[in-house]
Amino acid sequence: MSIDRIVSTASRAIEVVGGDLTESSLKRYLNGIPGVDAVGLEARAADLGSRSIKTTSKAWALDTIISLIDLTTLEGADTPGKVRSLVSKGLTPDATDPSCPRVAAVCVYGDMVPYAVEALGAFHGDSVDGGINVAAVATAFPSGRASLSVKLADTADAVAAGADEIDMVIDRGAFLSGRYGQVFDEIVAVREACRRADGSSAHLKVILETGELNTYDNVRRASWLAILAGADFIKTSTGKVAPAATLPVTVLMLEVVRDWYRLTGEKIGVKPAGGIRASKDAIKYVVAVAETAGEEWLQPHLFRFGASSLLNDVLLQRQKLSSGHYSGPDYVTID
Amino acid sequence: MSRLAVPKTYKLYVGGTFPRSESGRVYEVVGASGDFLANVAKASRKDARDAVVAARSALSGWSKATGYNRGQVLYRIAELLEGRRAQFVAEIVSIEGVTVAAATAQVDEAIDRWIWYAGWADKYVQVAGNANAVSGPFFNLSVPEATGVVAIIAPQDSSLLGFVSAVAPALVAGNTVVVVASERLPLSAVSLSEVLATSDVPGGVVNILTGSPAEIAPWLASHADVNALDLVGAGDLDWVSLQIAAAETLMRVFPPENGPDAAAPSLERITAFTETKTVWHTKSLL
Repeated sequence: MSIDRIVSTASRAIEVVGGDLTESSLKRYLNGIPGVDAVGLEARAADLGSRSIKTTSKAWALDTIISLIDLTTLEGADTPGKVRSLVSKGLTPDATDPSCPRVAAVCVYGDMVPYAVEALGAFHGDSVDGGINVAAVATAFPSGRASLSVKLADTADAVAAGADEIDMVIDRGAFLSGRYGQVFDEIVAVREACRRADGSSAHLKVILETGELNTYDNVRRASWLAILAGADFIKTSTGKVAPAATLPVTVLMLEVVRDWYRLTGEKIGVKPAGGIRASKDAIKYVVAVAETAGEEWLQPHLFRFGASSLLNDVLLQRQKLSSGHYSGPDYVTID
Repeated sequence: MSRLAVPKTYKLYVGGTFPRSESGRVYEVVGASGDFLANVAKASRKDARDAVVAARSALSGWSKATGYNRGQVLYRIAELLEGRRAQFVAEIVSIEGVTVAAATAQVDEAIDRWIWYAGWADKYVQVAGNANAVSGPFFNLSVPEATGVVAIIAPQDSSLLGFVSAVAPALVAGNTVVVVASERLPLSAVSLSEVLATSDVPGGVVNILTGSPAEIAPWLASHADVNALDLVGAGDLDWVSLQIAAAETLMRVFPPENGPDAAAPSLERITAFTETKTVWHTKSLL
């Protein structure tokens, strides 16, 4: 038997798992979490997706969705110009309607952060102050296959460039082969790397890549693991792997967040990302949030959509509601 | 023991698939003698919206296909129609109450018209386009191109011939169509969709809705993603207000036509739904 590995200290884990935090105590704790009733979960998600949201509720939901979007561009072909146009779209999603809310953040690769910050100028800031945050993916996104020092440098680099939020990926290989301690240590280390010189810290979103975790039990365990290690947000997917975000997986993560809140009184955010393209689908997620975690989660500090094409569809629906006739893609910007 | 007949469920044709109406509604279609023929899906505005999305996404492939290729695809539809003549004749006899000879004549005319239009696919550009004379060393060429998504209210008092006469010319130039079939005589249109589904026409190029034109037409006329509106069968509707709604987004509108000669074959029906693009190119000075 190998020697038990001592994992990094994290206040949440010590509080919940116990003071002598080791790989085996962590594993014991995570494996002790009850399994997921998969059929029940999918039925619950399908039921949440069948709510009829009309007229004023729909208008409210559409505006809420826009204010929760992390407008994303994560392509190898990204350029500073593309990031600038993304930022201006985030600031003014619908140029024909000044009442249209702003998105919560723009999400870009680490090297694009300076351009996003520059393009935002005075609008760079938290949504409560009417600004837009800059989120950066880090830690060798999307695969996470790099050494820890590279991942930490990647993170520190993005934070130094002005990123307010870091979207990190977990090492799925390590998680699936049972090396929970390693995944835990990495999250703790990245969280450290999110610290700025002035002592404040960038928000940390931990991407579980649920499409590669295979089972709901794994998603639940990974969600707990990420929260114990200090995640501010748990995020479903990179958007580079299919399936990306699904409603059942998001409901499951919302349940973990709700349980954590009941246990500790602390609110963790959830971010489904990838594959949510239609407003109709996004509204199902809004319903799921309200009925699983609670309506207080429907704010940018606790719930986000990682999306790019979703915004255009929401704008088309908004135009339909205000004009009374169907709109078309000619009336929104091409991204 | 007598056998119980199995009546066909007539569904919509949207994006290459056969969905029921989103609303779950159907209406009864009766024959000329008043006996029940079939339940037909009654499309809602949301079905129309879905059909426009399907037509829009099929547009780039269909309009970018060469005229020769479009002609081949359209010709193949006529071939398949020919093989199904008996089915169309039987449907027309039962629903219109005409003689077999009259129904056969209608089907034959529809097939012939389809072939006539198919032939235009690689020729209309030569006829409708032009090399313009300009005062300089330039070629100046005007060529017609597809308008985009065309919404059609098919002639209401004809089963197959009216439908074909309205749909075929719009397809020739590379437009994709959303067509509202005759409300009283929809069977041939739905059967034609089965022909289309087994032919080489990409899904979404032709989308067929059955139901009430009075209910669906205003949504299509005001839809910002519809580029043109063919009101050939809308004579009984309040088509002036449809035209007004269409003007809001600068749609091309073709007015209603009545009588047995409605939508008679003509090059104008093809060029009505095209946009003329003019390009300049330098001539060699050597």
